[in-house]
Amino acid sequence: MATKTQSPIANAPATSLSNEEILRYSRHLIMPEVGMEGQLKLKNAKVLLIGTGGLGAPLGLYLAAAGVGKLGLVDFDVVDFTNLQRQVTFGTSDVGKHKSAAAQARLSNLNPDIEVLSFETQLTSGNALELFKDFDIIVDGTDNFPTRYLVNDACILLGKPNVYGSIFRFEGQATVFGTPDGPCYRCLYPEPPPPGLVPSCAEGGVLGVLPGIVGSIQAMETIKLILGAGDSLAGRLLLFDALGMKFRELKLRKNPDCPMCGKNRTIHQLIDYYEFCGVRGEEAPAPDLQVPEMTPRELQSRLDRGDDLYILDVREPHEYQICNIKGHLLPLGELPRRVHELDSSREIVAHCRSGKRSAEAVDFLRKAGFRKIHNLKGGILAWSDEVDPSVPKY
Amino acid sequence: MAVKVIIPTPLRVYAGKKDSAEVSAQTVGEALGGLTTQYTELRKHLFTEDGKLRSFVNVYLNDEDIRYMAKEATPVKDGDVVSIVPSIAGGNHCGR
Repeated sequence: MATKTQSPIANAPATSLSNEEILRYSRHLIMPEVGMEGQLKLKNAKVLLIGTGGLGAPLGLYLAAAGVGKLGLVDFDVVDFTNLQRQVTFGTSDVGKHKSAAAQARLSNLNPDIEVLSFETQLTSGNALELFKDFDIIVDGTDNFPTRYLVNDACILLGKPNVYGSIFRFEGQATVFGTPDGPCYRCLYPEPPPPGLVPSCAEGGVLGVLPGIVGSIQAMETIKLILGAGDSLAGRLLLFDALGMKFRELKLRKNPDCPMCGKNRTIHQLIDYYEFCGVRGEEAPAPDLQVPEMTPRELQSRLDRGDDLYILDVREPHEYQICNIKGHLLPLGELPRRVHELDSSREIVAHCRSGKRSAEAVDFLRKAGFRKIHNLKGGILAWSDEVDPSVPKY
Repeated sequence: MAVKVIIPTPLRVYAGKKDSAEVSAQTVGEALGGLTTQYTELRKHLFTEDGKLRSFVNVYLNDEDIRYMAKEATPVKDGDVVSIVPSIAGGNHCGR
């Protein structure tokens, strides 16, 4: 069931808008659902964005444009070229700058009448409560499990709503956690998934527009919370499938036995979230496999010498199209059933993008009896750095 | 009973890249069992070694969480939709 949106903002203190602000927000002011009262609530609202990336981009832009009076931006990352495909706050000239500072500059330019604060720091159990306490609403636009559990727990401890959005490839989820009677993230997902359920890079990637849509939904829910307007997503999980262009909605219940927000709470303070997720979660890196390696320079000189080497590319076909070093394509996932295609009497050099998948391939082939096999150290990225810069990196 | 099981993006790679499957079942547990018989690679992602549904796998019958119904024993009827709803965090897991 939809729950009426309840504003966490107390009645706006008596204040007014300047003539410039009235002009800027006129399309809000002429709507009775916002009006002068709603616009003053926006002006008095304090919203903290965790992450200024794909989800944070539309969030920051729309909340700043809407006139949210105080916006905090938490991000420790630096803008790189691969961000620009979806993180529309940033321009090409921002590459190399701190994200929170670059976003602060962009949002202040969009709306000089609001206060934009940049927190160039990683959110941790040590600083979360201190950072959150001055804000009314927290918006989770992060990209990893430990931070999501941290944001949730800190919001529950402080009694603040948490506007949640999450994406994967072309699928998104959104809801509002931490409202007075609503569920929390742990009610929905009591535990993080183990490494086996976390996709590898052969299945990674995200359609650039997707965070734009999901982040915009979060921005809308944030504004509805501030205004106390409409039906909140609290208690409902919105699922969005961009390829099928389908929105679905599931009921989200408060778990009476939730260790965080249930009656018999067992978690009373912030914990070590990397440990919580790392044991079973994505943060636990697979130990580096010990396999025979060949450096890109070594490979180049062997090839120049005319040695008979079989180059095995274990990436996916769509990655081969991006760039290749004329290897024979055989994706890691197909190796077990296509191993007979390889000649164990020949000397083989396996490679992927960075060297991890090909280390697994070499390990597998050695166990299958292959003896003359090496892993190209650092993969095609290192080949581009050390041998042939005309090969693009991705 | 013929039910549709919706397969989420992260699990499609283990299900022939399909986004859904039709299975015949009397309960939610049977529907998921039918799905993993069709796609054996899915099994370890949904069930523990002793056949229990994994705790981080959320399963919905239509729009209701089966944890608040009869869990895997929840009966299904013709035309029902069973959804597997995984935890997704965002983009930052690709280092390979």
